[in-house]
Amino acid sequence: MGIASKSRIAAPQLPRQLACGDNQSGTHLPPRAGSLNGVIVPEQPGKDAIEVRGVRKVFGTGESQVAALDTVSVSIRENEFFTLLGPSGCGKTTLLRLIAGFDFPTAGEILLHGQDIAPLPPFKRPVNTVFQSYALFPHMTVAQNIGFGLEMLGRPKAEIEARVAQMLKLVKMEALKARRTSQISGGQQQRVALARALAPQPKVLLLDEPLSALDYKLRKEMQIELKRLQHETGITFIFVTHDQEEALTMSDRIAVMSAGKILQVGTPRDIYDRPAERFVADFIGETNFLPGTVVSKQAGVATVKFASNATISAGYPEGFDPAGEVTLVVRPEHADLVPDPAKGTVTGTLSNIVYFGTDTHYHVKLDGGGENFIVRHQNSRSSVVTYETGAKVGIQFEEDAARVLKD
Amino acid sequence: MADPRAIDIKEQPGFRSIAIICLLVLYVPVLILMIFSLNSGSLITHWEGVTLSWYGSAFLNEEFHAAARNTLIISVSATIVSTICATLAAIGMTRVKPWRGLAAAFMVINLPLMVPEIITAVATLSFFALIAGAFGLNFGIGNLILAHTVFCIPFAYMPIRARLEDMDLTLEYAAADLYATPWNAFKRITLPLLVPGIMSGAALAFIVSFDDFTITQLVAGPGQTTLPLYIWNQIRRPMTPEINAISTILLMVSILFVSVSFLIARRRAK
Repeated sequence: MGIASKSRIAAPQLPRQLACGDNQSGTHLPPRAGSLNGVIVPEQPGKDAIEVRGVRKVFGTGESQVAALDTVSVSIRENEFFTLLGPSGCGKTTLLRLIAGFDFPTAGEILLHGQDIAPLPPFKRPVNTVFQSYALFPHMTVAQNIGFGLEMLGRPKAEIEARVAQMLKLVKMEALKARRTSQISGGQQQRVALARALAPQPKVLLLDEPLSALDYKLRKEMQIELKRLQHETGITFIFVTHDQEEALTMSDRIAVMSAGKILQVGTPRDIYDRPAERFVADFIGETNFLPGTVVSKQAGVATVKFASNATISAGYPEGFDPAGEVTLVVRPEHADLVPDPAKGTVTGTLSNIVYFGTDTHYHVKLDGGGENFIVRHQNSRSSVVTYETGAKVGIQFEEDAARVLKD
Repeated sequence: MADPRAIDIKEQPGFRSIAIICLLVLYVPVLILMIFSLNSGSLITHWEGVTLSWYGSAFLNEEFHAAARNTLIISVSATIVSTICATLAAIGMTRVKPWRGLAAAFMVINLPLMVPEIITAVATLSFFALIAGAFGLNFGIGNLILAHTVFCIPFAYMPIRARLEDMDLTLEYAAADLYATPWNAFKRITLPLLVPGIMSGAALAFIVSFDDFTITQLVAGPGQTTLPLYIWNQIRRPMTPEINAISTILLMVSILFVSVSFLIARRRAK
């Protein structure tokens, strides 16, 4: 599992001016007050690009009512690569559509730089979308597609041409500008869709699972490409995906969603290492759940006793008061096998060994019962201890590896 | 694995002979009609030799000219008006939130396809007679244009609606997302993509109007003879191959029209 640190991914870095700015103003739109061709331009950019406040979205009427979003609040910072992550049906696309303006919230506010945009139609929001299906206009060329937004904004022809040329360069599609969109490959269509959405210099770019139609290799390339584009244009990206690996590698922050609610917001490392809830821990990466009993707690650290009578210290989420029976989470790579059961925090019987090349997974049937505990061991040439299935083993946890879940 | 040919209908016993019989029944009469338009004798059932003189006399025939002129005026006007109505109806029924009565509206638009034409013809005739009697209104050839427009609408509506339903709605969202007002989104995205549907709708409406006999026969006043009525009148007299020549000309016009609309649709689809 590659986890990108907050540092930017190394990619060919063009000067920022090349990116999205018009010739005079560099990267950002000049701070123009009021309305630009009917499109709202915020007067004083604040710290948050988008602030979602208590947004509810209910579909259907009467008994068939479904709350796609159940009172969601979240703030998305300026220049942030923010990901909405969750399984299908969790409401992530609904939230994106509300920000884009294709749907209107049943209740709540959506602020763009402090101004409520929830009642505005999509064509009055300085927000652009990259659609899952790309939605390129089939009767137009690549260049016409990219220029469409600026044309609708009533920009002068020379400016449109210059920006389109800039965008074509940005996504490396200069050679294909006169092609019909049906005459280019899926990866190229993806680039055109990006260029088209970036050309009007939106305040926020919304991306609705844009990589899901690409094959694995192309998807990897586009992940890096997207990070590069976000870095070069300095535009806030809101990215929707159900792919946890994609979310971890690309995002500055992630909001994990389930059943119309945001469960946790944090950096990829926060989400992965310090999941607050069982769903978050389970949805992102492989994980182990263990029952335990809280015996004492102080300053965010609880002492938890296992069935084996061994005790460990485990952190717990802020604003949560663990007591009595709790569930702990331990990542498979944060645990280690020891041949002597007496030295393990928990003990069990090795039931299965799965070899993956780079690492080996040991499935341990715990003595207290419950789910199999998986220990992931990085393979190296110097791995000396060999285990056999059926052996009694102990499991040790790394420092701070176990966390108490809010359940 | 099973032989994939086992489910190929072309390999089923009797398929070829049935197909050939169907094609023969459909096209042999038309072929005979076309061949006899070249007959140098004056009977349409007795072959004597080859001549083009029947085409000559058809082209010089004033009554044929008048009928052709009437047909074109009626068909072209009815096609234009009905296609516009059908386009608006199709947009109004696919690009709106579902409303009570949507299914009923769909039924009403398509009902003329299901009502026997003679019923529509009698109803139209009595309607025009009524307004002529009550208000003294008679629109002349306008009566025919109006009647044709009405029954052409469902024919024009079908392909336009099909095209609208097939169209990816995301394209319209994308246009709105890129600052296109609803009118601009329609003008720049929906309408251009709808053109093939509108073209086939118009072609269908034209053919249906061009070809109509029943309603026209009842509604047409004096001097409003259309080509199908003209041919019908000729058949009641002793027939000469001139009628074959005229029919062949009509057939050629239809084929030309259908081919053109087919080619346009194919070019657009690319």
